[in-house]
Amino acid sequence: MVLESKVAFITGGASGIGAGIAKKFIQEGTRVIICDVDAETGTKTAQQIGGNIHFYKMDISDEGEVKKTVETVINEFSRIDILINNAGITKDRLLLRMTKQDWESVIGINLTGTFLVTKTIMRYMIKQRYGRIINIASVVGLIGNPGQANYAASKAGIIGFTKSCAKELAGRNITVNAIAPGFIETRMTENIPDEIKQNYLKLIPLRRFGLPEDVANLALFLSSDQASYITGQVVCLDGGLVM
Amino acid sequence: MKQKKKGEKKMALFDDVRDIIVEQLHVPPEKVSLEAKFIEDLGADSLDTVELIMAFEEKFNLQISEEEAQKLDTVGKAVAYLEDKTKA
Repeated sequence: MVLESKVAFITGGASGIGAGIAKKFIQEGTRVIICDVDAETGTKTAQQIGGNIHFYKMDISDEGEVKKTVETVINEFSRIDILINNAGITKDRLLLRMTKQDWESVIGINLTGTFLVTKTIMRYMIKQRYGRIINIASVVGLIGNPGQANYAASKAGIIGFTKSCAKELAGRNITVNAIAPGFIETRMTENIPDEIKQNYLKLIPLRRFGLPEDVANLALFLSSDQASYITGQVVCLDGGLVM
Repeated sequence: MKQKKKGEKKMALFDDVRDIIVEQLHVPPEKVSLEAKFIEDLGADSLDTVELIMAFEEKFNLQISEEEAQKLDTVGKAVAYLEDKTKA
């Protein structure tokens, strides 16, 4: 058990990559808090995974809600060792058709939400002189993608945010890294048309799409003491799509 | 008599401030003089100074704006500021 007795806080934990990480951490003896706007799925996921897992309904872009949730968690668990900033949305549209609202909602949740949660939790990590922050970015933030200018910008923003946080917090024994997943089989990618999926597959040297468990394995390593000398990095997890 | 009371309050406040600085910066209490500069004399880094401000806010139950915080570069300035803000 690599993360025994640690407390992990995972945003967007109701499904997909977040739920995959929650499941993996529970197997490692971690106390896990999952947050999500989708209370129904979140509650179900917590029940399904079982063990020391707790669901809180939280919108990461709502400063008041974030503050309240984090305070409740600190009162309950007295610390947060690991933060996984995973919550995110897409509003795909070619730039010519993209509205300001499409842009602002994606930036507001993916990037500003990540900022709000990190800022709120890092003060506790600074005090305890220990922390692991893992931001879920995307290869799209590195290489771009047609129809995803807003999403790509938010993920590229998360990468810059990761590196700045890493530099600010290194002196407090807090590491900050980003995982840039490629094509992972989740709810976010299930509606992509088959033809486009097949085209993607041709570009992936390992010839398969990733699974939430693949991301969870890397998140587990980056959260462990074995990764204590790694900070400010972006690790692509994409079957070789970007290299 | 009034004068003395005021002086006592100031000393108590200085003691509180000193305790916070000693805990935050891991310096011996005797180094914490009113003239001491947080960064140059007490070895604080930029994040330490932010943490100190947050600790003051918590201890004295007040909000210190970013502009005000930047001016508080010595122990004496912090004590004077907190004294001013906490007087009834």
